[in-house]
Amino acid sequence: MSIAVTFDEVGHQTLPSASEAGPAPKRIVVAYGFWIFLLSDIVMFSALFAAYAVLVHATAGGLAGAQLFNQRSAAIETACLLASSYTCGLMSLAISSRRHAATYLFALLTFVLGAAFLALELHEFANMIAIGATPQSSAFLSAFFTLVGCHGLHVTAGLIWLVVMMAQVVIQGFRPAVVRRLLCFALFWHALDIIWVGLFTVVYLMGVAS
Amino acid sequence: MTDTHYDRAAGDTSTLSQARGWVPSGVVLYTVGLLLAIILTATSFWAANTSLLWGPGVPLGLAVLAIAQIGVHLVFFLHITTGRDNTNNVLALAFGMLIVILVIGGSLWIVTNLNANMMPSAEPMNLQMQR
Amino acid sequence: MNILGKLDWSAIPFDQPIVMGATGGMVLGIVLVLSWIVLGGHLPYLWREWITSVDHKRIGVMYIILALVMLLRGFSDAIMMRSQQAIAAGGAQGYLPPEHFDQVFSAHGTIMIFFMAMPFVIGLMNFVVPLQLGVRDMAFPTMNSVALGLTASGILLTNISLAVGEFAKTGWVAYPPLSELQFSPGVGVDYYLWALQISGIGTLMTGINFVTTILKTRAPGMGYMRMPVFCWTALASNLLMVAAFPVLTATFAMLLLDRYLGFHFFSVDGQGNPMMYVNLFWVWGHPEVYILILPAFGVFSEVISTFSGKPLFGYRSMVAATMVICVLSFLVWLHHFFTMGASADVNGFFGVMTMIIAVPTGVKVFNWLFTMYGGRVRFTVPVLWSLGFMVTFVIGGMTGVLMAVPPADFQVHNSVFLIAHFHNVIIGGVVFGALAGFNYWFPKAFGFRLDERWGKAAFWCWLVGFYVAFMPLYALGLMGMTRRMQHYDDKSWQPFLIVAAIGVAIIMMGIVCQIIQLIVSIRAREQLRVGDDPWNGRTLEWSTASPPPAWNFSILPQVAGADAFWTAKQQAERNPEHHDQSSQYRPIEMPRSSPLGFINAFFAVITGFALIWHIWWMAGLGLIGAFMTFLFFAFRDEEEVEVPVEQIAQFERRHRAELVAP
Repeated sequence: MSIAVTFDEVGHQTLPSASEAGPAPKRIVVAYGFWIFLLSDIVMFSALFAAYAVLVHATAGGLAGAQLFNQRSAAIETACLLASSYTCGLMSLAISSRRHAATYLFALLTFVLGAAFLALELHEFANMIAIGATPQSSAFLSAFFTLVGCHGLHVTAGLIWLVVMMAQVVIQGFRPAVVRRLLCFALFWHALDIIWVGLFTVVYLMGVAS
Repeated sequence: MTDTHYDRAAGDTSTLSQARGWVPSGVVLYTVGLLLAIILTATSFWAANTSLLWGPGVPLGLAVLAIAQIGVHLVFFLHITTGRDNTNNVLALAFGMLIVILVIGGSLWIVTNLNANMMPSAEPMNLQMQR
Repeated sequence: MNILGKLDWSAIPFDQPIVMGATGGMVLGIVLVLSWIVLGGHLPYLWREWITSVDHKRIGVMYIILALVMLLRGFSDAIMMRSQQAIAAGGAQGYLPPEHFDQVFSAHGTIMIFFMAMPFVIGLMNFVVPLQLGVRDMAFPTMNSVALGLTASGILLTNISLAVGEFAKTGWVAYPPLSELQFSPGVGVDYYLWALQISGIGTLMTGINFVTTILKTRAPGMGYMRMPVFCWTALASNLLMVAAFPVLTATFAMLLLDRYLGFHFFSVDGQGNPMMYVNLFWVWGHPEVYILILPAFGVFSEVISTFSGKPLFGYRSMVAATMVICVLSFLVWLHHFFTMGASADVNGFFGVMTMIIAVPTGVKVFNWLFTMYGGRVRFTVPVLWSLGFMVTFVIGGMTGVLMAVPPADFQVHNSVFLIAHFHNVIIGGVVFGALAGFNYWFPKAFGFRLDERWGKAAFWCWLVGFYVAFMPLYALGLMGMTRRMQHYDDKSWQPFLIVAAIGVAIIMMGIVCQIIQLIVSIRAREQLRVGDDPWNGRTLEWSTASPPPAWNFSILPQVAGADAFWTAKQQAERNPEHHDQSSQYRPIEMPRSSPLGFINAFFAVITGFALIWHIWWMAGLGLIGAFMTFLFFAFRDEEEVEVPVEQIAQFERRHRAELVAP
């Protein structure tokens, strides 16, 4: 006697509730998994934030944030990243309506704005190092360079990913797997902007205001 | 795969077209989000530099503005809403935020307390740093 | 700049006979196994069916194989420590010099936690959870394989440290300033940090995989309150992985920056704060122990309800207790450093929270007891492990509540009382649970049971051995013996330590019994053959073949209630019908296997080794190699393989024939 038969005899209820509806479509599954990854990444940043918050006054007699940080530069970086989030959103819309040219255009804009953000940030780091405010000179600066630098590394990884994704669109077109990965990229890019909001508020604005 | 109307992927623009009620076009949503974010960002920069606000209250104000901006990003860019189909996304976000608050808040509380009790006084510290 | 960084022939400890002996043994073992594989012609099969597999069942088995091997490695460290302490009394120095002894206790902790306990519970969850959820695989099968590979990379790096260089001498927690470059200039701490960073990425991937699988892919009809309790504990454990491991990654990254680039996070100079490391480490460290114990709790729930022939008592309170433990585990971490100097209010808060977290665990224990009460309990090997757990873990938990009181903790912090406590809960909880699960699900994985008699012998040796080995340590801790002592002056401690060494010898007999159990069972596997449901189980994994086909279920189950399989069996008894289901078979899309996990692991080892020894060009090559491998994989054309209906039907025909005529 086969046990398996009985499963089919289960009465089919009217509309199953959300949790009983069975496995979700792949698009949902992938996006949720990536969302969980993003939350874990935010937790990692929170540990770096915590270290920064604890060490913000540990300047070892050297320069503090108020003397080092350039708010104009931070404002332009913020504008670049925010704008790149916007263009990324427009790219997502182009992808969902399968428009190739618009996808490439908005991807390019996103890349350029992201690269501008990085260039400004690297410039800022270089200036600081040139005047002796190196990460090796105090715990505060170690924490600053690591926190902001980690975000910059994520942006760099995002730019590389964007280039690879555009290559995938060119070579493989809007295949389901490619579209899923582009959805993940957009999530990642927006999350980086969210982290930057926390960053510029805590590091640049609060650091200078206090 | 069973079709579910129950699930929304975070950031999923294709679900925009399935929304019930007033359906704003995608561009409108992103543009509104951008404008709100610009306003909030500009306000933050102003608040940090102005002398019009009571000094000690500025950090709190900045924090509130930052949270508002993050909210704008979540809703307008990542399409995280409180709809029934978004429950898992919201729950995951809430859990993440709880951990962030515990890690940052807890660490600050603990290490500040430890520093107050355990850090050596200024003189030995200066001698130590001069070594 | 030397082309091989810091690496030269002096890295191999030719002057340390014990290390060279151990290395020789390890190398010999590896060579023998590899020879058997290659010369026996098994390599194509292994590559095709195991190494490139993305099947959760295969991956689960491989995780457990890693865990069992590392159990032997970690246990040999334990033998060394107990024997050293048994003889190094008064003026005696024993046979392990301090620099070696320090590496032994550091490696013991690191290996047992990261490379034995974690892989064991992750392996069990990997094998069981998709089957219990009634689905065909995990949400992200290829990522599952990558995660396994990264864990293996961490293991390999740790074992290489035995032969080439040294391991950390800082203890498994590696507190600065001792772990900073100034006080640990060698490569030991770097081996520790990179091995754990690499395997930590794998663990994070595992966490993401399970959370997504459990929340987003379950059989139709399986609402949250119909999920087996093992899946609930797996969910909680993996949520903790996702939440806690990023903190460890950040903390280790900061220590690495201190060591490699001269940063000042935790250094004594530059106004660094070593206490911040301790704080952040334990933010991860406490959830980690719950990551380990929650799946074990899940195993006990499954085992006890199955072998009592009753549904689990208090399902809802079990679920609630599990999720409460999940959240509370993030609110107690300071109890690991009560003595570091926080004020009474801080210590008091965390002390109270630590006591509170014992409550949901108590709820669970009572639920298990009430499940057995009134049931017809079959005292199989998994049940023995569960009963041993209940007594042992409760004792260990009570000593934990004792130490939750800060003034009490001030007396016993970092004494062997602490050692006894955490071994009490980890061995009594995690190890007993893992071994119960191993015996319970082994027939499902391999199609034959494990020998009962040797299993029982192993259990009794472990149980008696554990108490003989660790109860003396409670007494010694109260008498003032500190942990990690290579030698000691007070000769009155020696009798206790000799007893403890005897206890370890008894545990060793238990391990030997388990090895014999495996050998005997494999040889007698035809006599020990089982069908789908050897234990009269309650959950869905027992509704399919043993071992299951790659696609798990030929027809996906529709779930009608909790204890889904039990419900179905009751209905089948009431309405016995037999009709041919083969018309309902549809082609099944299964994920395609991939060498990505293995190749990525290879590059991870190269990168890790290079970073440890400061061979920068090699590290760069390793990273580029890993990136290129991912690129290659990203552009593959076919993601899935279709299993045709005829293959499914053929499998089911053969399966039914075997059931009828064993």
